[in-house]
Amino acid sequence: MATFGTLSSRLTETFKNLRTKGKLSPADIDGTVREIRRALLEADVSLNVVKAFTGAVRERALGDEVNRALNPAQQVVQIVNEELVAILGGNQRRLQFAKKPPTVIMLAGLQGAGKTTLAGKLAKYLAKDKHTPLLVACDLQRPNAVTQLEVVAKNAGVAVFSPEPGNGVGDPVKVAKASIKYAIDKQHDIVIIDTAGRLGVDAELMKQASDIRKATNPDEVLFVIDAMTGQDAVATALAFQEGVDFTGVVLSKLDGDARGGAALSVVSETHRPILFASTGENLDDFEPFYPDRMASRILDL
Amino acid sequence: RGRKTIDDSTWEDLEEALLVADFGPDITEALMAQMRAQVAKYSTTDPEDLNRMLREALEERLAKHDTTLKLSDRPAVVLVVGVNGVGKTTTIGKLAKFVANSGRSVVVGAADTFRAAAVDQLATWAERAGVDIVRPQMEGQDPSAVAYQTVEWAIAHGTEIVIIDTAGRLQTKSGLMDELSKIRRVIEKQAPIAEVLLVLDATTGQNGLAQAEAFLEHAGVTGLVLTKLDGSAKGGFVLAVQERTGIPVKLVGNGEGIGDLAGFTPHAFAAALIG
Ligand SMILES: Nc1nc2c(ncn2[C@@H]2O[C@H](COP(=O)(O)OP(=O)(O)OP(=O)(O)O)[C@@H](O)[C@H]2O)c(=O)[nH]1
Ligand SMILES: Nc1nc2c(ncn2[C@@H]2O[C@H](COP(=O)(O)OP(=O)(O)OP(=O)(O)O)[C@@H](O)[C@H]2O)c(=O)[nH]1
Ligand SMILES: [K+]
Ligand SMILES: [Mg+2]
Ligand SMILES: [Mg+2]
Repeated sequence: MATFGTLSSRLTETFKNLRTKGKLSPADIDGTVREIRRALLEADVSLNVVKAFTGAVRERALGDEVNRALNPAQQVVQIVNEELVAILGGNQRRLQFAKKPPTVIMLAGLQGAGKTTLAGKLAKYLAKDKHTPLLVACDLQRPNAVTQLEVVAKNAGVAVFSPEPGNGVGDPVKVAKASIKYAIDKQHDIVIIDTAGRLGVDAELMKQASDIRKATNPDEVLFVIDAMTGQDAVATALAFQEGVDFTGVVLSKLDGDARGGAALSVVSETHRPILFASTGENLDDFEPFYPDRMASRILDL
Repeated sequence: RGRKTIDDSTWEDLEEALLVADFGPDITEALMAQMRAQVAKYSTTDPEDLNRMLREALEERLAKHDTTLKLSDRPAVVLVVGVNGVGKTTTIGKLAKFVANSGRSVVVGAADTFRAAAVDQLATWAERAGVDIVRPQMEGQDPSAVAYQTVEWAIAHGTEIVIIDTAGRLQTKSGLMDELSKIRRVIEKQAPIAEVLLVLDATTGQNGLAQAEAFLEHAGVTGLVLTKLDGSAKGGFVLAVQERTGIPVKLVGNGEGIGDLAGFTPHAFAAALIG
């Protein structure tokens, strides 16, 4: 099986024989677009997004800017990069706060995506800004999710609301609702609701997430997705969008070497911005999302 | 009239189905070429034939390895490894129950001393499965010490099967990967390791290959577990993993319940992969 280098080197290779020919033909561009397609698929960008994207790049590559360029390969990479950044960063924004506290932030996503850890990261980050966040234990399903959130809260140095033991006991919608009153009473200006992991195809659990949302009217619903996710990213993101609707995305486990094409898939299919990148297991491993870095990462530039 | 024949759109659909199932561009290309050759060889025009040939080709490729768990040592030590959040601890709960149901005595070792409440989580699973657990003697204890003590406990109590949980770690973190090698060495001072199971999440894309290669190198993986197959993801990347590493899928996880674990059957998996 052939192994390929970075997109840059592959495109340079594709263009090597074209330099003397003058104007690039549509057939030349096709070869280039095939390389881009392969690079994006290897980076786990979803097929539909790859198709739309390569279509757009093909249009631009046929235009004068590439033909006039001294180094057409570099020019195409540049175009690809620009288009990626545009999709990834089109709507970039910061967290939305409530006009009247508490600001409610709900976390949702597949099993093991990194929600509970993110709850701690967000809390610590907001506490540094003099906020007084409250973590709310609404995952009453996964074994010891409540204990995990309590430990995370302790490590973050913030308060936790965990009236139910979990492990199948307690109603997450009730806990969510009660947490708002509790936060107002105790003057917490931010409420961060941890929820159980759920599959896009699990209608019952999706309804529960939607009920938690209705009961708490969050200012942000953050969809947490693992950067290692493959082609399933879109199906799952769309299921969460339809089921709970989310206002923003957090990309987790970016400290690994996954190229993270899921980022592109989710943003372009749901039109929701990525707010943060989660980059490790410790509570400080957390940063704003940078579209340009992500584009370079996907392209392996 | 009305009968479908293999045409350009058939091939396009096939390619899409393979890519969307996460086979990756390389394997997809190879499978497409293999199918084109077969369709030509048998000069068929029937998409049903193509579908059947694909299923058979996948099954054949998936069935090249022995998928049975080797648990005949006494004690038989099983080490469970993988990146973060893939389902290691849950799989251990399910496997402990499955093995205990067949009349074997089991102890699980809580060697994830890092993640918040990981020990409690494993303890809940041990209780559900009705098996013993060896916990760290103090918070944040060296995981290899816990692994050692678990095997020691099993030998002292004549327990037949030992299953050791480890903290999730990304394969790029060399310090954490070395820690796994150390856990192995420490266990092997007392007993050979029967199985090292690498847990892979079906929602994973092409990074699954890098995971498998690194864990094979540092932990000597002997079998794969593919979890979360109850979702919409197909897990096609495991074909590349199996072919690249020669390590078979031995178990699949299809839910969060204690009974949601099954042996790997190439036939069923191939059928689900191509829908
Ligand atoms: N390397 C790395 N690990 C992470 C990151 N975020 C979370 N994790 C780890 O991923 C695993 C799962 O994280 P959790 O926070 O428990 O995920 P979750 O979405 O709450 O999981 P469920 O509640 O089971 O659905 C844990 O081992 C975390 O330490 C990250 O950004 N990088
Ligand atoms: N739907 C589904 N969820 C699963 C399956 N296996 C595990 N899970 C869920 O995935 C999440 C993570 O599972 P864990 O067993 O904690 O994963 P882990 O690999 O031990 O995680 P770390 O120790 O944090 O690295 C939990 O919410 C589990 O309930 C499965 O086969 N299907
Ligand atoms: K599935
Ligand atoms: Mg959680
Ligand atoms: Mg675990």
